[in-house]
Amino acid sequence: MAWIDRRPGVRPRPSLGRRLDVAARVSFPAGITVVLMLLMEVPLGITGQSALLPAVTLCCVWFWSLVQPQYLPPLVVFFIGLLLDLLAYFPFGVGTLTLLCCHGIAVAVRRSIVLRGFGVIWLCFIPIALAAALLMWLLVALLMFRLLSPAPALFQAVVTIVLYPALAVPLGAAQRSITSPERV
Amino acid sequence: MIRLSIQARQALARLTLPVLILASFGLMLLGKADTLLAEKLRSSLADGLAPIYRALADPLDHARATWNDMIDLWTMREDNARLRAENDQLRRWQSIALALDAENQRLKASLHWIPDPTASYITARVVADAGGQYAKAVLLSVGPNHNIRKGEIALDDRGLVGRVTEVGARTARVLLLTDLNSRIPVIMETSRAHAILIGTNNIRPRLVYWAEGATPKEGERIVTSAEANAFPANLPVGTVHYAANGVPEVEPAAQLNKLEIVRIFDYGQNGLNGPEPIASADAKPSAPRPAPLHITPATH
Repeated sequence: MAWIDRRPGVRPRPSLGRRLDVAARVSFPAGITVVLMLLMEVPLGITGQSALLPAVTLCCVWFWSLVQPQYLPPLVVFFIGLLLDLLAYFPFGVGTLTLLCCHGIAVAVRRSIVLRGFGVIWLCFIPIALAAALLMWLLVALLMFRLLSPAPALFQAVVTIVLYPALAVPLGAAQRSITSPERV
Repeated sequence: MIRLSIQARQALARLTLPVLILASFGLMLLGKADTLLAEKLRSSLADGLAPIYRALADPLDHARATWNDMIDLWTMREDNARLRAENDQLRRWQSIALALDAENQRLKASLHWIPDPTASYITARVVADAGGQYAKAVLLSVGPNHNIRKGEIALDDRGLVGRVTEVGARTARVLLLTDLNSRIPVIMETSRAHAILIGTNNIRPRLVYWAEGATPKEGERIVTSAEANAFPANLPVGTVHYAANGVPEVEPAAQLNKLEIVRIFDYGQNGLNGPEPIASADAKPSAPRPAPLHITPATH
């Protein structure tokens, strides 16, 4: 039973249409994350495009873990991380560990920051993005047993931080209208 | 469904994250222990996604072409002037090239030169980046009944791109010559000295291990060497460019940052001739080509 249906209150009968509707709304956070990840792989001809994929994934996981973690449980984050590892050609485990850490931190701090407004959320995201890029860089270097230039990691952190507002605004609108319409 | 008490359920929910974090470490070990698994998973995922990327490629090309057209219109005057000057220069070069070609044919005829077999090739579209941040590679969409093998050589219209490293059912992954793991035996065209071109993940790979006294010169052309039988000789790679810190790097001839169409050449084990033999500027006959199917001794 979905989280929407677990709260007390009057609601329509759980017909097939209603159940499909609820399923679509519940799977929206994970679905939009995966779709955005796949889109980032299309060759757009932009220099440094490879930084977009981890950046977009991290932004999505941070956003949904803060706003509606019940729709993005750790297991789903794990599989998103696995997809990131496969698509971004990271050694296995790098994406999963980074995203799970990000998710864990977001769930831990969400009560204190989620109502403080966008500015605070973004400010809190800056150290998260930096730490995530550093962690990925460190893990990749360790697992490949190679000293890698830290420049791509720094670039990824900057891209992630800059990209967050651009993603959070449409995702926020989607959250209000799709995943929690009853709160409007 | 097993009914659990609220406390048990909460405890389980709290345990999921640590368990999954541990699973990530397990995944790292698994990835290290079985590298083939990652490769297989990736190529099957790429095979599944390739049709989507292929479908998206056409509208993207269209948008890009429209955008480029707009920029071209803006710079048409300067372009025309530049092209006219370039045309004059190229006409002079063409006459030199024709004369050299005729001379080359004559010399080959008098030497009873056996022409190298021409290599067969497949043209494929680049559909996605396949390197991520810490590698440089591209994903090609190839037909379902291709016969591309690992180790075949990818070129664009200007020069060497890289080598095929993974082959799926309808995709192939090409490791670019700029990748950290790329090592290519090369020859400097004027001095005919051997060297190794190593990728650094930057735009320009580095040139190392040249023979003493054969320091690479700025602007010198670099071509592949047939040493170790990995590449055919004389494929254009790029030109030498010294970085600010005095390290000789090679500016790749291929347009590696905007690859759209790539040709995959099958030179087999003994095909050693490039698809477009380079019209060398010096007229004297170059070093003899190494015979196929054995490791060649250094020619200098």
